[in-house]
Amino acid sequence: MDFEIPDELHYSKDDEWILLEDDSVTIGVTDFAQQQLGDIVYVELPSVGDPVVVGEAFGVIESVKAVSDLLAPISGQVVAINKNLADQPEIINEECYGTGWIIKIKPSDADALDSLLDADSYRKIVSKRSA
Amino acid sequence: MKRTPLFDIHLRLGARMVEFGGYELPVQYTSILEEHHAVREAAGLFDVSHMGQIEFEGPDAIRAADGLFSRNLAGLEPGRVQYGLLCNENGGVVDDITCYRVAEQSAFWCVNASNIAKDWRWVLDHLESSSGVRNTSDETGLLALQGPASTAILTKVGSADAGALRGFRFARMEVAGCPALVSRTGYTGAGGFEIYLSNGDLPKVFETLLAEGAPLGLQPAGLGARDTLRLEAALPLYGCELDEETSPLAAGLERFLDLEAGAFIGADAILRDRDAGLESRLVGFALQERGVARAGCPVALEGKTIGRVTSGGPSPTLGKSIGLAYVPTEVSEPGSRFQVVVRERALQASVVETPFV
Repeated sequence: MDFEIPDELHYSKDDEWILLEDDSVTIGVTDFAQQQLGDIVYVELPSVGDPVVVGEAFGVIESVKAVSDLLAPISGQVVAINKNLADQPEIINEECYGTGWIIKIKPSDADALDSLLDADSYRKIVSKRSA
Repeated sequence: MKRTPLFDIHLRLGARMVEFGGYELPVQYTSILEEHHAVREAAGLFDVSHMGQIEFEGPDAIRAADGLFSRNLAGLEPGRVQYGLLCNENGGVVDDITCYRVAEQSAFWCVNASNIAKDWRWVLDHLESSSGVRNTSDETGLLALQGPASTAILTKVGSADAGALRGFRFARMEVAGCPALVSRTGYTGAGGFEIYLSNGDLPKVFETLLAEGAPLGLQPAGLGARDTLRLEAALPLYGCELDEETSPLAAGLERFLDLEAGAFIGADAILRDRDAGLESRLVGFALQERGVARAGCPVALEGKTIGRVTSGGPSPTLGKSIGLAYVPTEVSEPGSRFQVVVRERALQASVVETPFV
């Protein structure tokens, strides 16, 4: 199986990607995750302004057969959510790194970003799990 | 886990495998939604060889089968197949099956994979001699070809006129040159055929059907789509809507019961249940807001739990979440409203007519 893992992104061991921007980070699920999940039929998101806590669920992503928590890779505050996911959750299957982004967070601790995985580290994790 | 003779072919087609009924089977090849839509719009081909078959030969065996099957097997003409139930003495459901009358002294049942051992035991316990019955589950392969293009596809590879076979009838014919028993039956609400084969012929027939059917839109389809399709058709799944404690009357299956005192095991109890009146009924519902109802979700009314979802999920055809649930008869009419509780949120739902599509 082939998984797209863009070099410019960071990753969590829970199969999320993190794009570092000036004041905030954008978060989504990786190509490996969307393939594992299958057809996404529903996404439950927090509201703008909600706090998120590293390692805790900030939302839920549902496929035809299963329900999975979305886990926060860092702590912070939600500054934006992808409203298109309400009517078109399948965007995550089609373009998980682009229009399939899920939320934007303002991190509460800039140093937390250092503990995120780079593309090579995530690649190693994925190849072990898909072997 | 057991494997059907098509295991390697499934892998080669890119199937993701899961355990079901003791078998390792495809849950999907490409995507559950894509396979579901293929069946509704063209056709899908399912490997359902995990299902079981029990054969009855001779007058004693036929009589015994008739005493266990909820419909009138004695009066069923050769070439006809019926859906019906096996019930226990308390009026609960042992299994839901299809019963094929092959000849005057010959019949077979197709039973759920999860109940093969139980049903076989049930038959042996109710027979004087086991000489007229055989459990042929392990030797029998079964494919389901379902969807509007099924007749055209089967006509390309069958030796007989598939279009001439009417609903709930079956015939022996060759499919891809292999001897088969073909019935116009299915579990999708999309129309089509079930094709009984010997294990050895499964690979050739499966691959020939896929090759000949591809130009007509045929795709292989897995258990994921099988479940979303049967849910849209509001067909019960044993273990969800039906079990040993559940009344077939509550499940809405009265028309599949030949209800006369002593007609079959469980008939007397079911007659008593009918006289006592039903307290709850199986209904189909659709969520009126975003979310997905799933098996196990409580059904609530005015803050109190009144029932439970037995099967639920997204309806790919309708674009909303649907489900089946047992609810009090007072809220079982189409249009009745209640809530389905998902992760502690009460989502509005209404009872709708079934089948859903």
